[in-house]
Order: sequence, then C-alpha cells, then structure tokens
Amino acid sequence: MSTIKEIQTEITEDFAIFDDWMQKYEYLIDLGKELSPIDEQYKTEDNLIKGCQSRVWLHAEYTKGKIIYTADSDAIMTRGIIAVLINVLSGQSPSEIANAKLDFINKIGLKEQLSPTRANGLVSMIKQMKIYALAFNN
Amino acid sequence: MLDINKIRAQFPILNRKVNGKDLVYFDNGATTQKPQSVIDAEATYYANENSNVHRGVHFLSGLATDKFEETRNTVQAFIGAKHNHEIIFTKGTTDSINLVANGFRTLLNKGDEIIISEMEHHSNIVPWQMCCEISGATLKVIPLLDNGSLDMHEFDNLLSKNTKLVSVSHISNALGTVNDIETIIAKAHNFNAKVMIDGAQAASHVALDMQKLDADFYCFSAHKLFGPTGVGVLYGKEEILNVLPPYQGGGEMIKEVSFAKTTYACLPHKFEAGTPNISGVIAFKQAIDFITDLEIAEITKYEEELLKYATAEVLKIEGLKIYGTAAHKSGIISFNIEGLHPYDIGVIVDKMGVAIRTGHHCTQPIMDRFNIPGTARISLSVYNTKQEIDVCVKAIKKAKLMLS
Ligand SMILES: Cc1ncc(COP(=O)(O)O)c(C=O)c1O
Repeated sequence: MSTIKEIQTEITEDFAIFDDWMQKYEYLIDLGKELSPIDEQYKTEDNLIKGCQSRVWLHAEYTKGKIIYTADSDAIMTRGIIAVLINVLSGQSPSEIANAKLDFINKIGLKEQLSPTRANGLVSMIKQMKIYALAFNN
Repeated sequence: MLDINKIRAQFPILNRKVNGKDLVYFDNGATTQKPQSVIDAEATYYANENSNVHRGVHFLSGLATDKFEETRNTVQAFIGAKHNHEIIFTKGTTDSINLVANGFRTLLNKGDEIIISEMEHHSNIVPWQMCCEISGATLKVIPLLDNGSLDMHEFDNLLSKNTKLVSVSHISNALGTVNDIETIIAKAHNFNAKVMIDGAQAASHVALDMQKLDADFYCFSAHKLFGPTGVGVLYGKEEILNVLPPYQGGGEMIKEVSFAKTTYACLPHKFEAGTPNISGVIAFKQAIDFITDLEIAEITKYEEELLKYATAEVLKIEGLKIYGTAAHKSGIISFNIEGLHPYDIGVIVDKMGVAIRTGHHCTQPIMDRFNIPGTARISLSVYNTKQEIDVCVKAIKKAKLMLS
C-alpha cells in the first residue's frame, strides 16, 4: 500500500497530462461514474454531510488498523471529487489520515472545483473523514 | 425600442472575461450589475461630499443630507407613494421584512393569523415564523399549483376575520411567477388584513404604483435594481407606519431622550436609527434614474421578449424541464435536466463564462413541493441579449453531453 504522500503525487501526475479544463472535468466525471457504490443501508440521514448544494453520504469502517471509507453523492462532479479523496485516504491508518496534508488539491489545477467552498461540501467531507480518523485513533 | 448596445456600454463589468470567455451574466435574480453612474456616485460621495446626514449645520452635512433626501424623493416618485416619509431606507428586502415583522408582533394576539405562501423566499418566511412564535399568532401558507402559481381558491379558504396580515412576493425568485397581487390585496382588505408585498424580484422589471396598488407595505433591495448592496426600501402607508413601533433604538430616531421617557422622531426617521448607508443611498438615485430614463414599460417589454426566446430555446434541450410555467411570468427560468444534478450543470457552464445560479435559491419549500434538490436558474435583465441566450444554451448542451 502506498502512502498518502505517494498517492497524492500519483494523482498530481495523472491530472498533469490534461491541458485543458474540459479534459480534467471529463476525467473527474469518469472517476465519479466509476466510484464503487456505497451500500444503500449507509445512505442515512446520519451519514449525510450537509454541503450546500449536493448531498454527500460518507461511511467509515475500521478493520485491521485501517479505515475503509465509502461515499456517494447525487452530483457527479462531487462523486468525482469523492473518488479522488477516497483514493487518497481510504485504507490508511487513523493516525496517518488525521495528520495528512492534502496538498494535491492545489496542484492538480482544479482549484475552483476542489477548493473548499460551501457549495461542493468538500471541506465538510474532509473534516468528517478526519473526525472518523480521530475517533478510531482512540 | 431600447438600444441594448448602448445600455450594455454603461456596465463596465460586462466587458470582462470569465475563464477566458466573454461573461454571460444570467444571475440577475441574485444581484444585478451596476452602471458606471452608480459606481461614480459612490466614489464622488467619498471624494467630494462625505459627511454625516441630518446632523451638522456645516456645508458638507447639508449637501450630503440634501442628496440623501433627493433619493427618497426619487424613490417616492418611482413607486408612486403619496408621501416621501412613507419611504424608509433599510439594508435590503430582508431588513425591511424584519422591520415590519418585528413591529407587528406587538400588535398581534393569540388566535390571530398571518398568511404567507409556499413560494416565498426564506426572508419572507422566517421573520414571520419568529413573529408568530413570540406573539402566539398562527402562520398559514397558500399552497402552490403545479404550474408554480398560487392556489387562489385555497387563499380564499385561508382568509378569515382572524387574518391580520398577508405577506407574499410580487414575483417568485425561484419560479418567475408574477402573482396577481392586486387581487390578493383586495381580498385581504375585505377582511381588514394588512398586506405586505416582497418586491425584491419585481422593482427593476415592472412598473409600480403604490397608490393604485393599495399595498400596506412594499419592499425591495437596491442591489437587485442596479444599485449598491446594503440599501433597501420599505414603503409603508403613513397611518400604519405611525402605529408600528420602532425597530431599532439609537441616534436619529428620537425626538427627546431622557431616562424617564424617550419619545420617537416622526416618519421616516423613527425607523432609521443610526448612521445609514449614505453613499449607497445617494448612488441608488442613479440606479433609479437609469431605469426611469429607459422607461420601465420598455424594460418589461424587452425582458418578456427575452424570456419567450430563452424559454423556447432551452426547451429544445432534450430532457429539460422548466419549473414555473404560469401564464404570467417574469424573466426567470428554473430548470432541471433529466438525470443530471443542477450543481454539475452550473459548474460546467461557468467554465464557459456563463453565470447561472444553482441550488434551492433560498426557497426550500418550493423544492420540497416539487421533490427536487434544487434547480439551475437563468435570470434575465435588460442588458442581456438573445446572443447571450444562444451562448448559454450551447453551454448547457455541452454540459449535458459531458455529464451523460
Ligand atoms: C423574492 C426575494 N425576497 C427576498 C430576497 C432577499 O433580498 P436581500 O438578500 O437583498 O435582503 C430575495 C433575494 O434573493 C428575493 O429574491
């Protein structure tokens, strides 16, 4: 398993091949479509992260010292973002997740899209992922 | 006939690029852009006229006061109010509604009823909920029909001798419906109820005449009418404003202050505590002059033409559904495309320079009514063009292609 840092470098390289926003968005949309679905039973009010516009459900499970995240959203671009975040953080240990510095967001040139605005709920999603990490760390 | 190019030339922001593309600004329901005259008036005030109003005996204070009051007279003429002291300057529509709701709660008793509608903006819902909570009055809601117009039959059923106030929007910001407020006002008055109209989406689009309309309160925001942010208007009939208790206490709004008893200033100052947004109010006059120079009837006519064109063009997009199809509509098109989330549409068209709004538009009850998470919304203004509609439609089609 690669470290969070290594995965972020990989993602940055993946996005670097695209030279315009449209290709990047299309890639993100594809990632959104491919995101493994969350188990329907976890799409509950409790697991709902209140972003402003699109709804995001996040579920976390702790097994063998690692946290496995599954998530979903009703907006496809948000699903793409979720897919990237899960790729970075899922399967890592709680302490690594809690301490992770997510610097790929600025590097992949999708700053407006991935920046922590209220609209896409990204900031709440990262916060919630870290809260799970802190909870499982104890 | 309006010369749209000449109008556009007055709005510097319309020349800018967004994401490398010419800006197509279709979020006028949220706020309109500002003409150079408004921008200049703000700067001129601070460069040449800055002084507090209604206080000093010195030259500049007199000048600022005169200009401030000139805007009040301009608003009076613009909306056909009987007296200039019936025009209260506030921070905006939200502030105006809160002012009335706050005062009204002292005039209400348990068993009294307030009627609003299902299409209201949150700012015309929450203040009344707060008012009812404190006064013990009950809030009643006129439901929506499927086409996004009010169920007037149900309105008749809700009206009773308990009804003390009806507060509805003139034009819906999320659906574009133009409500038949003349009928609503007349019916409410039959029961001696007062009527407040939220004109936030109307004042820059349709002609207003308070004396003919006979509304007891009418309010709107300067920023949706080519003016500055932080300025709003509350119109109220003199006799009602006189019995409504003041909203905020402070300077300007008093006649005499002592620890034994303070008496309040007369209208409009009773409701204008503290130093107001002087530069904004002064610049607001330029915004109204801009509209008056074009003639509001011409604006209405042109926007109707744009709406008709835009509606026909977006409906050519397969799977697109418009929410709000009432017979009488203003330049607002709220839509969804089958299988797509409005948020996704919004972020992609933005990349092509097109600014539309997505989300619930501060009208969650409407979204619940139609069982949708939100809509994408095009809202038009007088400086928009058919070419811009074409660019927008193309951008939506592209988004659809990318997302499907
Ligand atoms: C119908 C309606 N009412 C009230 C408001 C609130 O206006 P403001 O935010 O300027 O107070 C808006 C603005 O979006 C509106 O469209």
